[in-house]
Amino acid sequence: MPKIHVTTTVNGGETEFLCEAHHTLLSVLRDTLGLTGTKEGCGSGDCGACSVNMNGRVVCACLVLAPEAEGATIETVEGLAGEAGMHPVQRAFIETAALQCGFCTPGFMVAAKDLLARNPDPSETEIRYWLAGNLCRCTGYDKIVRAVQKAAREPGRHART
Amino acid sequence: MKDDSQPADYRWVGKRLDRPDGADKVTGRARFGADIHLPGELVGKCLLSPHPHARILRIDTGKARALPGVKAVVTGADFPVLEDRPTPVADYAFNLWDQARTLMARDKVLFDGHPVAAVAATTEDVAQQALALIEVAYEILPHVTDLEAAMAPDAPLLHETMITTGVAPGPAAPSNIVARTMLERGNIDAGFEAADIVVEREFRSKPVHQGYIEPHACIASVAEDGRAELWTCTQGPWIDRAFCAGILGWEMSDLKVVATEIGGGFGGKLTVYDEPIALRLSQLTRKPVRMVMTRSEVLRRTGPTSGSLYRVRLGAKSDGTLVAADCEMILETGAFPGSPLGTARAIAFTHLDIPNLRLSSAEVVSNRPSVQAYRAPGGPITCYAQESVMDEMAEKLGISPFALIRKNAVREGTVSLAGFPLENLGLAQVLDAAEALEHLKTPLGPTQGRGIATSYWKNGGGQTSVSAILNEDGTVNVGIGTPDIGGLRASVSMMVAETMGVPYDKVTTTIADTSQLGFNSFTAGSRTAYAVGLAVVGASKDLIAQVCERAAKMWDLPPEAVDYADGMLRPAGPNAGAHDPVPLATIAAGFAKSGGPIMGKFTTDGPGAGPNFATHIADVEVDPETGGVTVLRYSIVVDVGRAIHPDYVEGQNQGGAAQGIGWALNEEYVYGADGRLQNTGFLDYRMPVAPDLPMIGCTLVEVPNPNHPFGVRGVGEVSIVPSVAAVANAVKDATGLRFFEIPMSPPRVLARIAGARAAKDPSLKPAFR
Repeated sequence: MPKIHVTTTVNGGETEFLCEAHHTLLSVLRDTLGLTGTKEGCGSGDCGACSVNMNGRVVCACLVLAPEAEGATIETVEGLAGEAGMHPVQRAFIETAALQCGFCTPGFMVAAKDLLARNPDPSETEIRYWLAGNLCRCTGYDKIVRAVQKAAREPGRHART
Repeated sequence: MKDDSQPADYRWVGKRLDRPDGADKVTGRARFGADIHLPGELVGKCLLSPHPHARILRIDTGKARALPGVKAVVTGADFPVLEDRPTPVADYAFNLWDQARTLMARDKVLFDGHPVAAVAATTEDVAQQALALIEVAYEILPHVTDLEAAMAPDAPLLHETMITTGVAPGPAAPSNIVARTMLERGNIDAGFEAADIVVEREFRSKPVHQGYIEPHACIASVAEDGRAELWTCTQGPWIDRAFCAGILGWEMSDLKVVATEIGGGFGGKLTVYDEPIALRLSQLTRKPVRMVMTRSEVLRRTGPTSGSLYRVRLGAKSDGTLVAADCEMILETGAFPGSPLGTARAIAFTHLDIPNLRLSSAEVVSNRPSVQAYRAPGGPITCYAQESVMDEMAEKLGISPFALIRKNAVREGTVSLAGFPLENLGLAQVLDAAEALEHLKTPLGPTQGRGIATSYWKNGGGQTSVSAILNEDGTVNVGIGTPDIGGLRASVSMMVAETMGVPYDKVTTTIADTSQLGFNSFTAGSRTAYAVGLAVVGASKDLIAQVCERAAKMWDLPPEAVDYADGMLRPAGPNAGAHDPVPLATIAAGFAKSGGPIMGKFTTDGPGAGPNFATHIADVEVDPETGGVTVLRYSIVVDVGRAIHPDYVEGQNQGGAAQGIGWALNEEYVYGADGRLQNTGFLDYRMPVAPDLPMIGCTLVEVPNPNHPFGVRGVGEVSIVPSVAAVANAVKDATGLRFFEIPMSPPRVLARIAGARAAKDPSLKPAFR
C-alpha cells in the first residue's frame, strides 16, 4: 500500500513526511523526524509524556494518527526555547527542582505552557487539574505545582506564549 | 533545622543550585533509553505467553522466519542453560538462571506475559506480524496467582522439585514455599505472658508496580568479532553487564554497557529483561537491535513488589513498656525466588527496644511475574503492619503514638535483631520536630482523620569507583558509574566543588560506561549520594595531593610543605620559603612540564552508611457515600544527615510519600480467574495524579552521619517506609475502622463501612452511621 504524504508545520518550520495510515503522530515525531524529546510512557493516552500542542490544543501524540497532522501546526518540547532562551516554565522547573528523572518533564513543559497561556494566574487547584493528564512518579507533584506558580509570576512570560 | 554542633559554613553544600542536566531535561535534549538509534538498526519484539502456567510443547517459528523483513527469531533454546545457583556479583549473589528463565521461558511458562520467543525485523510493523506467525503449542496447567492459595498443600506447583529451605527437618514433599526464616531474641512466650495488653492482627497487601514512566528500552550492537555495546536505561550498568555476560556466557571485557538517561527506576531497573535478548538477536543478525517495551509489557513482564500477609502480635505493660513482639511476614515472590524478606526483616520493630522479639518469614512462588526491588523493598508493607498495631496499642494505652515510641525508642549503640548497627541515631530529633509541627494543631472535621507512623531504614553503601580529571584550564571533569535518576550530578558536582574549593560551574559530572571505571554498584539502596559522595571527595583529595606535588616540584619543596585551599596553592609555613601563591589553573595549565596529565581516582566499598528515621503525618477525608479517601494534608519529618541539595532531598521524600499514598489507596495488580493480569495500563493501574495529592510538607532534620565528610545519610528509601501506615492510621482515625487490607480503594472502604453500619459496630464514627 502506498504511503501517505503529509505536510505539516512542526516548531515553526514546514515539514513533510511519509507514513502509513495506522502510524501515530508520536511515532512519526520520534522515529521519522528525530524529535525524541516527546516521550512515550504508555501509548494509550494515560500518562501525558507525549503531550504536544496541535493547533492550539494540548494532545497526546500517541492518540493522534499521523495523517491527521496534515496542515496542522504542531509544537513539541523542542520548540519551547528560542533565541531569547528557555521558556519561563522551563527555567522555573530547573530553578525549583521540579524534575527528578526528567522523563515526564517534556509533557509537563507543553501542558504547563498552554495552561499559562490560557490562565496567567492559575490557583493551585487549577494547576493540579490542568496537569491531571500528566503522570509524574518521582516528585509527588509538589515542586511541579510550585514551578508553575513561579513561572506564572515571571515577567515577560506573555511575550513567549 | 541545623545541628549547631556541626560547622555548616559550606560554600556549595546545602545550597539549592540548578542541576547541570536541567536544561537537557526541560528541552527534550536528554537521551533516554528509547531515544538512542543506530544506523541499520532492527526492531526486536517479544512474543508473550497468554497463559499463566503451561508447558511449552513446541514452538514453530518457520512462518515467522519466512516473512520478508524478519532477520532472526529466537526462543529459549537460543540461550545457554545455566547452573541453578547464586552467582556472586560484588556484594550480591544473583541466580542468573532464574533471571534467564524470567526473561525467556524454557520448558514452562510461569506467568501471563512470560516471553516465549523474540524476533528482529526491519520495522515495528513487520516485527508485530512476525510475532503473530509464531506457533506455540501449550499444554495448559492449573495455575495459582493467590498467595494463600499457593501455600495450600494441593496447590499447583510452579517448580516441581522445590523443597522449602530453612526448616529442620526439611519437608519431604515439594511446595511453592521457597524458604522460611526465623530470628528471635529473648523469650517470646515469656514476653507475652508478662504483657498486660496484647494486640494481635493480620494484614494483607497486593503487589504494586514501581511505576516508572519510562518503559524499559535498550539497543544492542554486536560486532563481527564478538565485541558488543549495549545502551540501556538501567540503575546499574556494571550489574547489567554481569547479568548479560553471565546469561549469554560472554566475557565482561567484550561487552560495554552504556547507561542512558533513565526515566525512573525505583528498584525496577536493577535487572535485565530485553538486554540479553537484544544482544543475542544482534549477534545473530550482525545488526543493531533496539527493543522498547510497551506499558502493557512493563506491567505484565517486569517486577512488581511482593504482595503480603503479615501476622503481628505486640505486648505491652500497662505503663506503656513494650515487652514482646512477634511478626510473621509471608511474601509472594512471583515465578522465581527473590522477595525482599531480608530488608523487610531488617526494618520490623527496629526503631523500638523490645526485649522479646521474633521475626519469622516465608517466601512463596505463584504464577505472577518475578518480583523486583521497589524503593525500600518490603519496608512499606512491614511498616503498615507494625505501625497499625502500634497505633492500636497507643490507643489502648491511652497515650499518643509519639509517647509510645519515646518510651520504647531503640537505644544508641545497640545492634538490631537483623544484625544492623544502631549508632549515631537521629530518632529523638525526628520525633521532636514532628511533635512541633503546626500540622498537628489543625482541626479535623467529622469525616476526617489523622494518622502518624514512624520507621527506620538501614541505608546502604557499597562498591563505588570514580575518576576526577583536572583539565588544562583548571576546570574539573568527574566520572561516576551510577546513573543520575534524581539530581545526582548536581550533588556530586557540589561535593567536588566544596572539597576542591572551586566554583560549582567549573565541575562537570558525567556518567561513565563500564569500560571507563572499575565496578560500580547500582543507583539504589539509598547508597548513591552517600557512597558516591565518599568516592568523589576521595578523588578530589587525590587531585589536591597531585597539584600539591606539582607545586612542590616547582618550588623545590617536599609536597607536605605545600598548602591547598580555595583553589590556591601556598607554601605551608615560613620555613617553606617565600613563594607567591599559585592558582590551581596555573598548575593545571603547566601539566605537560610538571609530570604529565593530572587525573585522580578513588575506589571504596562504601562503609558506614548508617540508619535513619522518618515520621509521616497524614490527614485524610473519607467520603461516606463513595468510600473515596482524599489526602488533605501530609507532612514528612526525616533525618537526612546533611542535605547536599535540599530541593532534591525534599523531592525524594515527597515522591516516596506520593508512591506510598498510591499504594495505600489505589494501586494493586488485579488478576482474573483465568490468571491473566487485568489492569495492564495506566488507566486501570491508577497511580496518583496531581489532583489526588496535597502539597507535601517536608522537614529535613540534620543529624550528621560522622562516617561521611559532609554528614550524608541515605534518603531515597526511608521516604516511602512510613507512608502507607500513616494513611492507614488516618483512615482508621476518620472512620473508626482499622483496615487490614490495602489498597483502601473506594469499593473496599465502602464495603467495610456498610458492613460496620449493618452490624451496628460501635467503633464506626457517627458521621458514617
